[in-house]
Amino acid sequence: MKEHKELGVLNIDTTLYKTRISKRFASRKPYKPADPKIIRSFIPGTILDIMVKVGQDVSKGEKLMILDAMKMQNVLICSTDARIKSIAVKKGDKVSKGTLLLEME
Amino acid sequence: MPLEKKIRELQEKRDKVLLGGGEQAIEKQKALGKRTARERIMALLDHNTFSEYDLFVEHDARDFDMDKKSLPSDGVVIGTGTIYGAPIAVYAQDFTVAGGSLGLMHSRKITKIMDHALKMKIPLIGINDSGGARIQEGVNSLAGYGEIFFRNTISSGVIPQISVILGPCAGGAVYSPALTDFVFVVDNISKMFITGPEVIKTVLGEEISMEDLGGARVHSEITGNAHFFAATEEECFEQIKRLITFIPWNNSRKARSFEPGEPDPQYNIDKIVPDNPTLPYDVRDVIRAIIDRSDFFEIMEHYAKNMVIGFGRMGGRTTGFVANQPLEMAGVLDVDSSDKAARFIRYCDSFNIPIISLVDLPGYLPGVDQEHAGVIRHGAKVLYAYSEATVPKLTVILRKAYGGGYIAMGSRHLRADFVFAWPTAEIAVMGPEGAANIIFRKEIMSSDDPDGMRKQKVEEYKAKFANPYVAASRGYIDAVIVPGETRRLLLHGIEISENKDVVMPNKKHGLPPF
Repeated sequence: MKEHKELGVLNIDTTLYKTRISKRFASRKPYKPADPKIIRSFIPGTILDIMVKVGQDVSKGEKLMILDAMKMQNVLICSTDARIKSIAVKKGDKVSKGTLLLEME
Repeated sequence: MPLEKKIRELQEKRDKVLLGGGEQAIEKQKALGKRTARERIMALLDHNTFSEYDLFVEHDARDFDMDKKSLPSDGVVIGTGTIYGAPIAVYAQDFTVAGGSLGLMHSRKITKIMDHALKMKIPLIGINDSGGARIQEGVNSLAGYGEIFFRNTISSGVIPQISVILGPCAGGAVYSPALTDFVFVVDNISKMFITGPEVIKTVLGEEISMEDLGGARVHSEITGNAHFFAATEEECFEQIKRLITFIPWNNSRKARSFEPGEPDPQYNIDKIVPDNPTLPYDVRDVIRAIIDRSDFFEIMEHYAKNMVIGFGRMGGRTTGFVANQPLEMAGVLDVDSSDKAARFIRYCDSFNIPIISLVDLPGYLPGVDQEHAGVIRHGAKVLYAYSEATVPKLTVILRKAYGGGYIAMGSRHLRADFVFAWPTAEIAVMGPEGAANIIFRKEIMSSDDPDGMRKQKVEEYKAKFANPYVAASRGYIDAVIVPGETRRLLLHGIEISENKDVVMPNKKHGLPPF
């Protein structure tokens, strides 16, 4: 039998297997459920407009921001009734995908 | 004009065009470690077998002062020749002429040789080295791409189509390679992407190098778009030539047969697989212990390494191998490995290549990322590909074959012609630990010594079910065999499947879970 290097352990159905672990598997991110009160950019782009202020009460369906991306003005719409806790960006900011834009409480 | 003079005139015309984009452009090309289009074709084909066509084709563009410009051969070389005597149609884009950009006449030359390949039923090799669409030619350039993609598609499964990426291949151009059977890339030379780093930077503000975005390594290890990775152009050409020896000219033929030879005795089939099913080994050693001369030609070596695919010969005949790799991720099925195996199974089926499956897997990889990436749909591709394949299908269960993995990996139920199992095989609905935890939950929970009870129940389950004999008792496997008998039985199985004839229900085409 050959000796193999860089072996880790993988658990499948409670059985532990000695094997090499792929980079992709090792670096996978743990799942986090989405929080409707935290708004992140779903696409990289530029903040064209911000329609709300910190402390303002907003209701479901209200427009929060316009994110310009791929030649399209994407309107970010509030999905719940809440109060604006903080705004992490300003008009004209370029944001990458997943950037925190706004938090509600 | 006397004949000699006309011949001299022809020679002069030829010499001028054969220089492509001129000496300066050629020097630039060489400085990048790249050969010219014609040099590449010569390196690939048998000596003195290349016949070039459409040497004098010129572009037909009028706008943007293009009518004042001459583009020799319109930036692409087409022709025919042979590789180890096999007829080949080939085209190579010439980066020295207008960056190998694709205009109308350029595309017409490519489609001419593609039509030729399909009509003559011979393999097509396309060498890509192009900056992309020739912007000055506008929609004519797009039309050219479309005509190429259409031909790639209708030729798919009829003639082998091979793409070699020896330079940039960006934007729409990437879809021709993506539609072909095998894509070859070379480190630091190949670049493939839909949108390049500049566009990504301007539009999205993300900075990335061409190499990190779509270099040879990226496509060999991460995306799975490339099937063969080489360090140099020379190595790449050797890989292509080797591939040609394993595949037939077209789908109505079989691959060429070679003199059979015994496996190298250094691969001792009795000593490769550890008895303990949780310990790893390199399944490629098992393949090498089975095939002629232990000569295994692996495909997609660096992608989804938990599944091994490639060609070997059995009794001189090309055979496709699909094998779980316990050395990598315990050999699990997941999104990428399913995709890799399914496509290869369909390739073998298209081109009359028998399939041998070597099974040793604990099942599917659990995880949110896998489920959300659509492992259901991708895993189903394996079932579809095996079920649909009508070439001889032979399966050897080396060790574990648990749950859905057992069904998927070329089982009897998907119409394998021969299924063998080694005495080390464990064919069961899941691993003993998991199964015992479910079946004997009450006994374990109510015991004074749950751990001791669990161990006892696991052992009971192992003794009763972790073996090949339950499956053998139902005829799901045809024989339990000693490892040393594997090659003989597979050779025999392939030999008597020579005239296998299966009639499938008539249909336009099925709907594989793409």
